[in-house]
Amino acid sequence: MSEFFPPLDFNDTFGMPWATPKDFIWNAQIVSMGILVSLSCGLIGTFIVARKLALMGDAISHGILPGLAIAFIATQSKALLPMFIGACGAGLLCSFCIEWLHKKTPLKMDAALGLTFTSFFAFGVLLITQLGNNAHIDAECLLYGEIGFTPLAESIYWGSLEIGSRPLLSIGLVTLIIILLITIFYKQLLVTSFDQTLSVSLGLPVKAIHYGLMLFLAVTIVASFESVGVILVIAMLIFPSTTASFFFTRMPAILLCSFPLSILYSFGGFFLARWLDCSIAASMVVVAMACFGIAWLIGTEDGIIKKYFFERKLSKKTAIKEGTKKASSFPEAQS
Amino acid sequence: MNKSLLPLEVHDLTVSYNRKPVLYGIDLEIQEGGLIGIIGPNGAGKSTLIKSIMGIIPSNGGWVKIFGKKGKKSYQRVGYVPQRESVDWDFPVSVLDVVLMGRFGHAGWLKRTSKKDKKIAHECLEKVNMSPFADRQIGKLSGGQQQRVFLARALAQESDLYLMDEPFAGVDAVTENAIIELLRELKQKGKTLIVVHHDLSNAKEYFDQIILLNMRLIAYGDANTTFTKDLLQKTYGGRLTVFTEIADQSAKNSDVGH
Repeated sequence: MSEFFPPLDFNDTFGMPWATPKDFIWNAQIVSMGILVSLSCGLIGTFIVARKLALMGDAISHGILPGLAIAFIATQSKALLPMFIGACGAGLLCSFCIEWLHKKTPLKMDAALGLTFTSFFAFGVLLITQLGNNAHIDAECLLYGEIGFTPLAESIYWGSLEIGSRPLLSIGLVTLIIILLITIFYKQLLVTSFDQTLSVSLGLPVKAIHYGLMLFLAVTIVASFESVGVILVIAMLIFPSTTASFFFTRMPAILLCSFPLSILYSFGGFFLARWLDCSIAASMVVVAMACFGIAWLIGTEDGIIKKYFFERKLSKKTAIKEGTKKASSFPEAQS
Repeated sequence: MNKSLLPLEVHDLTVSYNRKPVLYGIDLEIQEGGLIGIIGPNGAGKSTLIKSIMGIIPSNGGWVKIFGKKGKKSYQRVGYVPQRESVDWDFPVSVLDVVLMGRFGHAGWLKRTSKKDKKIAHECLEKVNMSPFADRQIGKLSGGQQQRVFLARALAQESDLYLMDEPFAGVDAVTENAIIELLRELKQKGKTLIVVHHDLSNAKEYFDQIILLNMRLIAYGDANTTFTKDLLQKTYGGRLTVFTEIADQSAKNSDVGH
């Protein structure tokens, strides 16, 4: 076992990454990337999960592959903007196809979803293999991501001023826009997620909001997949809000929980990976899973401990309360 | 009264699911200020009727006017109470959040709900006796309480026309009485309420007017004139009656042709 789990060298794991200014800058970029990826995914994921579209993230993340390949073929370069547009376009097209199949054929949602994204992915794999080595699109990097490469990515300059590495800047921008949009359109997002019929009667553009959300889901995934890969990005979408829901029952609180959780995931994953010398992205998901497990255990809302150890007390209490109904036209109005 | 300002006008509304017709040529003109029940057997298209009025289900033909307007803008004066199963009760919102959603139509696109909106929401919760539960997550309520939350939300919308899809489903007798009291109170204020109802035993007592529906409009009028044995038989005689009638009709027509 000692080979499997190397001994935890406290100094090497927690101290060394920050020892010299150069190391500090290097590793701070990785940790920041992790925080921003978890945060943007966590925020948008809260709405995706609430809308029961968790696997739509899965579909979109796989669906971007042909988009990347086509953008490369069309422009013969790996320029940022065409790749970004190609990937987002393919991701959105994938979600359109799923809904179209679901509505126009007797296929159920899950079948339509599985069918579409695998087709997109397969098509993407074909294209990329055809492109061969010209593309320099590393399939492994695409699937698993490598957040450790963040500091290696090319820098973006504003004039002659270096303002940081490309992935970090793009995810930063995406996170900022998501925070802004959720703050501004919270009301619309909430009501369309909860009750489509009410949204229609309020005159809200339900479809436009849905596709707007899908677009930002695609944008977030595209900005994240280089770091965490197209598979683990789904964990980042789903874990924060599901973990938070063991403690909070209102949307704003769950959204805010994404902030501390993303910091926890990123630092936790970074240190775990440094200790075990393994993938940072995978470690982040393992940390996220551990957080989820702990939340499930000790959560105040339907947590295991509360459910099984306090349920009896609770049912006794409510039984007493049932007995003291106040006279009113509606029953059960006691607090 | 100006005819164009009828709360609800439905003309030749036809709806089908997967090419199977659910509603045939429904014509309705509803006057202002009444408590109207939609009665009919299962699968008669009661929910479909109000859903297609709300534009939630697309129609194959005909039109709907609400206070003389068609389409999206007309819905702003309508409060819709959906069936309880239509939403996810595990959704992370509190009772007050849900009621406040009824105020979103008044708040404008970019504005947050104001203190006034919150006050109105609390008042509406008070009316359905749900104030003590304002902060509770909606999944931790009983069925009857959930129905009352929907009712409070509709009240908060301060609409002029209410469409309610089985508000009495899964509700105990005391709550049912309280709800009907509330509906009567709204009617007194000049609101028009159209309620899908499936319990024949109390329909006549609850509603001023009754719409008898079974894929087609069988009858619409005062409860006294529509809630008759003949018409009920016609409504509940199964879908077969509709087809035999159509068959008879077409047989007659072809006779004329010869």
